[in-house]
Amino acid sequence: MRSLIASWNILKKDVKTYYLKPPNISWGIIFPLSWTLMQALHSAKGNMSGLLPGLIAMSVLFGTTSMLAVTITFERSGRSFDRLLLAPISLGMMVGAKIAGAVIFGIFNAVVPVILVFHYIGLERVKWAMLFLGVLLVAITSALIGLLIAVSAQQVFEAQTLSNFFRFPMLFLCGLFLPLNSLPLFLRPVSYLLPLTYGTDIIKGAITRNNLMAPALSYGVLLAFATGLFFLCHYNIKRKWIL
Amino acid sequence: MIVASKLKKKYGDFTAVDGISFTVKQGEIFGFLGPNGAGKTSTINMMIGLSRPTEGEIIIDGIDVRRQTKKAQAIMGIVPDVSNLYNEMTGFENLCFCASLYGLPKKEREHKARQLLERFQLTGIEERPFKAYSKGMRRKLTIAAAIIHSPRVLFLDEPTAGIDIVSARQVRELVLGLKELGTTIFVTTHNIEEAERICDRLAFIANGKIVADGSVKELMDQVSHRQAMQVVTDANVGGLIGGLQARFEGSIIEQIDDRSMLLKSRNQIPLLPLVEYLSRHGISVYEAKYVRPSLEDVFISLTGSEKPLISRNKGKGGQKP
Ligand SMILES: Nc1ncnc2c1ncn2[C@@H]1O[C@H](COP(=O)(O)OP(=O)(O)OP(=O)(O)O)[C@@H](O)[C@H]1O
Ligand SMILES: [Mg+2]
Repeated sequence: MRSLIASWNILKKDVKTYYLKPPNISWGIIFPLSWTLMQALHSAKGNMSGLLPGLIAMSVLFGTTSMLAVTITFERSGRSFDRLLLAPISLGMMVGAKIAGAVIFGIFNAVVPVILVFHYIGLERVKWAMLFLGVLLVAITSALIGLLIAVSAQQVFEAQTLSNFFRFPMLFLCGLFLPLNSLPLFLRPVSYLLPLTYGTDIIKGAITRNNLMAPALSYGVLLAFATGLFFLCHYNIKRKWIL
Repeated sequence: MIVASKLKKKYGDFTAVDGISFTVKQGEIFGFLGPNGAGKTSTINMMIGLSRPTEGEIIIDGIDVRRQTKKAQAIMGIVPDVSNLYNEMTGFENLCFCASLYGLPKKEREHKARQLLERFQLTGIEERPFKAYSKGMRRKLTIAAAIIHSPRVLFLDEPTAGIDIVSARQVRELVLGLKELGTTIFVTTHNIEEAERICDRLAFIANGKIVADGSVKELMDQVSHRQAMQVVTDANVGGLIGGLQARFEGSIIEQIDDRSMLLKSRNQIPLLPLVEYLSRHGISVYEAKYVRPSLEDVFISLTGSEKPLISRNKGKGGQKP
């Protein structure tokens, strides 16, 4: 009970003090909109539907990784994070609550592109459960990557630099812009090591039906990624933050 | 209540805390006194589970902090050396949030937060964000946040550092009040007067080692045989220090300022010869008073360090809170 009250309030505080702040909300709206606009300017309507899954994945990825990495590094540098480390709830619960906030923010980031999906593709062609699961899993893995970055960074700017260092290569290798089978042969194994590749594939499957892998496989791989990343974060936090 | 044995903390090759042992009894205020860099914060961090001891163990209320960190943390209140609440949140929100971390239900959190704001004289500003608080207010709110879940053991790391006399006094009164309620309190400070005023027992730490511990009285007994006298004159005594030192053998004479000095000796210092000596040199004595030895003298005699822990601008008269 104690852990639940604590986790719920950590989540509530993060949403209220960070994620609901105007700059973050507008980021979640403007970023996907401007990307769409850019694409819409030089592609036909048919192409648009091909681009939307990528747009969803990208919005979620960007929103989630940077938010968690930055807010945690921020709380660490102001030392308020110590309060969470000192709270009588397990590290796993605390980390879970932190991640949950970022995941919700990530899902919110998918709202605008999903509205665009209505517009370009229409309601009835989309597999909603699959889309939701895809978005959720991308958000969870991205949040965990953000956390991993936060554990490695000392300062906010470092966290931002590190997140970009991870995100941009991921974007190019996950099959968003370039189809996986058009990537040079030596890069393809790298693609299959990125969680985003599987997330994008699920979302593609949900919207345009041209996924490369079986959805079950992608779900499984993403869950495995999430579990692995969670334990890696847990281990690293214990090692690096409890000196 | 708290038993620390052979605690050691190394950062790389550097030993910040060097195998210290001490016990804190149920319901007492235990002071941990030492100069900057002595290892006070390092020790507290090990006790609260924010850092891992390199060696040694800590038992709090029968709980092994290393093994059952979370269980131990549930009965602890912690005031860290920096006031680390959330800048964007208001005073009231901060208190409620901290209470929620210890599992207090909503009604109770809000009730207690209001109670504490009142007790700490912070009503009226509870809706301001923490970042808009003054240093003294921040400190008080940080303490309030640490006790909102009614901890059995309270750790305070330099609770009065950097705040004014009035706020510091309020903080001390609050700490004494908590003791009345039965809370066991561990407080670090580099302010000797403060330790003297509020602590039941003390440990002096220097370079990671405890150089003495005991009740204030026990520690004072070590220096009670020392005498000190402060003398105020009408002219500069600077040129006479050497002569006086020779005349009053075994005494140490320090010039405090142009017209006053401090004589310290193991023996009684006779007043008349001193006045005579000075008047022969054309100096009259306006005031001479015995100064009772202080804990600072204990610390200096133990560590051999002449560097005072805090700068004093007044005599060492005993003041009470
Ligand atoms: N994380 C760390 N890494 C390396 N050295 C450290 C670390 N933390 C503390 N130290 C060193 O350990 C020693 C003791 O530090 P500590 O903060 O415990 O002192 P303190 O008694 O609390 O001092 P102060 O009165 O300044 O707060 C210092 O020399 C400090 O430089
Ligand atoms: Mg300190």
